[in-house]
Amino acid sequence: MPKTIRLLSGNEALALGAYHAGVKVAAAYPGTPSTEILEALATFDDVYVEWSTNEKVALEVALGAAYSGVRALASMKHVGLNVASDPFFAASTTGIVGGLVVISCDDPGEHSSQGEQDNRHYAKFAKVPMLEPTDSQEAFELMQWAFNISEEFDTPVLLRSTTRISHCKTVVNATGERSGLRQASFKRSPSKFVMVPTYARLRRQAMEERIVKLRSYVENFPLNEMLLADRKLGVISSGVAYQYAREVFKDASHLKLVTTYPVPAELIRRFAREVERVIVVEELDPFLEEEVRCLGIPVTGKDFIPIIGELNPETVESGAIKAGILKTATISPEKAPQQLPPRPPLLCPGCPHSATEFALRRLGFYSPTTPGELPAERKIPGQAKKGGLIVTGDIGCYTLGVYAPLLALDTTACMGASIGQALGLEKAGVPNKVVAIIGDSTFLHSGITSLVDVVYNQGKTTVIILDNGTTAMTGHQGHPGMGISAKGTKTEAVKLEELARGIGVRDVNVVNAFDFEAIESTIRRCVETDEPSVIVVRGACPLHVRASGTPFKVDAEKCDSCFACLRLGCPAISIAEDKARIEVSLCIGSACTICAQVCPQKAIGEVAR
Amino acid sequence: MRNVNALMVGVGGQGVVLASDIMAEVGMNSGYDVKKSDSLGMSQRGGSVVSHVRWGQKVFSPMVKQGEVDFLLGFEQLEAARWAPYLKPGGVAIVADVVIVPVSVIGSSVPYPNQNEVKNTISRYSDKIYFIPANRIGLEVGNPRALNMVMLGCLSVFLGLEAEAWTNNICQHLNANFVRSSLEAFSRGAAEARAMTLSKAQSLS
Repeated sequence: MPKTIRLLSGNEALALGAYHAGVKVAAAYPGTPSTEILEALATFDDVYVEWSTNEKVALEVALGAAYSGVRALASMKHVGLNVASDPFFAASTTGIVGGLVVISCDDPGEHSSQGEQDNRHYAKFAKVPMLEPTDSQEAFELMQWAFNISEEFDTPVLLRSTTRISHCKTVVNATGERSGLRQASFKRSPSKFVMVPTYARLRRQAMEERIVKLRSYVENFPLNEMLLADRKLGVISSGVAYQYAREVFKDASHLKLVTTYPVPAELIRRFAREVERVIVVEELDPFLEEEVRCLGIPVTGKDFIPIIGELNPETVESGAIKAGILKTATISPEKAPQQLPPRPPLLCPGCPHSATEFALRRLGFYSPTTPGELPAERKIPGQAKKGGLIVTGDIGCYTLGVYAPLLALDTTACMGASIGQALGLEKAGVPNKVVAIIGDSTFLHSGITSLVDVVYNQGKTTVIILDNGTTAMTGHQGHPGMGISAKGTKTEAVKLEELARGIGVRDVNVVNAFDFEAIESTIRRCVETDEPSVIVVRGACPLHVRASGTPFKVDAEKCDSCFACLRLGCPAISIAEDKARIEVSLCIGSACTICAQVCPQKAIGEVAR
Repeated sequence: MRNVNALMVGVGGQGVVLASDIMAEVGMNSGYDVKKSDSLGMSQRGGSVVSHVRWGQKVFSPMVKQGEVDFLLGFEQLEAARWAPYLKPGGVAIVADVVIVPVSVIGSSVPYPNQNEVKNTISRYSDKIYFIPANRIGLEVGNPRALNMVMLGCLSVFLGLEAEAWTNNICQHLNANFVRSSLEAFSRGAAEARAMTLSKAQSLS
């Protein structure tokens, strides 16, 4: 008998559920907390999976597959759906043939994101039904439901998860077999698939009729659950907030909603009639609260549950105590913890981004980097120094270069923004030179069109592409520059320098990420020219290739304690007895050598002489 | 069936997540409902790692509430101190004598706390503190990266399951090359915890 009881993360359960539901095509761009869904699907033989260049492409691939009658999904992080919002709305308009499920993993609290947003609004915005699991078991089961609803109502389905659902592991009883598989065949139907205005208006009608039918369908959805206990308090919740609500309001009555758009209005009314007071416990925006209020039911929630950040049992409990819903705290009042040093994330030892960011810091400084300056000294905010660089940044490990001691970045907004921002600053007429830095995967995701824009509009922008040969931040997923597919097979590699030349950039340079002098002199030269330039800084992510070398040592005799090496922000370098010290267990030494290159005293090397 | 709330804390790369996976699966295989939740952030790059593991008849929240942790496993001393407020009164803190100094202390006015200060911080929440010579055990078993197995060994002494429940699961998770040293680290950790709880009991009597 196969083992059906397993401990699975929400993402693994979503993947297994999709597999059981017969998904044939799955596409995604990596993004925390969604990445593991596609990684788990890639372990199955009979599913086509791909890392797409970006989320928009991923959803378009899935949509095309769904038009052929097979079941398809696209998964992404919350901000990924911003990128994919155009095909998301289009998919809602055309509808589908085979089931199409879009998985959005939101990141309340911004564990690893540039912004916080509540993607439940997308369901209402695009008029698409939404399902939200409360644990991995439900995540597994909901995939089957999601595909069924998609096909029954001719609509994409938004399956929304959050960090705690996606990454928590809970017990899953995964019964059943893979089913729902179909042969792909495309049947022409221009009035459904070709959205010229005349046909789009017809579909618009269908979308409204669809939502009306869905409203009555969700009334009997079996995973919505009403639990009547103490009638004084009725708690409506969904997602992981349901678990916190059950934990904190132990005796209360509960209504768990899995269909969160549209909501089951009659079920909510019935619940409200059974209890004296209705509250909603939900993460981020008052989405359900507003739906409940629209039904004419007196309800509270966001007046005591935080609207910002991730919830946990403490925040729900302390909110309820403040609101007078709970009488006593079950936890002892928080004692002020002693002040402890923080442990912020850093670039890794041997990171190929360090030298470039250090060079940008030296060229772009607001305050001088004279020897002896302590690394903790902050870049002085205010006017950019005349002649200094402005560095527009992007999304990836290199974004960590904003922190001390590198202090290398001036902007980071969203995927691919660095190049457009650099051109905008330049065209606005700032007196400074402007450099954009962007990773290889991010450049392929959404930097290419911006570089075309620079060429077309005669910008002078210098674009540094940090090519570490992988999508590192999310855990080393493939991308088109690597020549390796999501399944690990060999494929055509897109060459960044050839791509840049093809776009029309004449000044294209490739430099070694571990050659500090070459990086700095190339940047110096490129920012002085009157044409666009691209510098591909190439060096493998040491975690990805498992790089190792002979660790370096500091010659204490030669070290004059200038601590230039500390400004690289390498976790292996610290101070001991007022001299620089390298931690042997962390240093990859000869595979990197950047600290030795920046040491004015030449005190660092393989063997301390 | 007792409820068990554990918090495992350390630094990216120390094997915290694997240890919490093993604890969760051991609980599941012993008939508990279990949930576990990792806070990783960008921990691959040397940040703090926190794993919540809960066993019970029925577990709702995947995160333990502050002040309700039965077992705090500190894989690193500073992290143990940082998460001490999660301990419940009388909860057990098992702390490896591992020091990983964050870069943030360089040029900062907040120094890395010494072992005494770590002990004082934790003792504000519970007096059941066990410092484990994890580095020494790791070297002695010939696998310094088996710290997580030492910690699980210590924990196992308090949870009352058969050692096989743990060792079987450890074997499933580990590469064959590391199984022997890992199991050795596990049993050394268990022996350490037994000796310490015994001496603590004697000093109290």
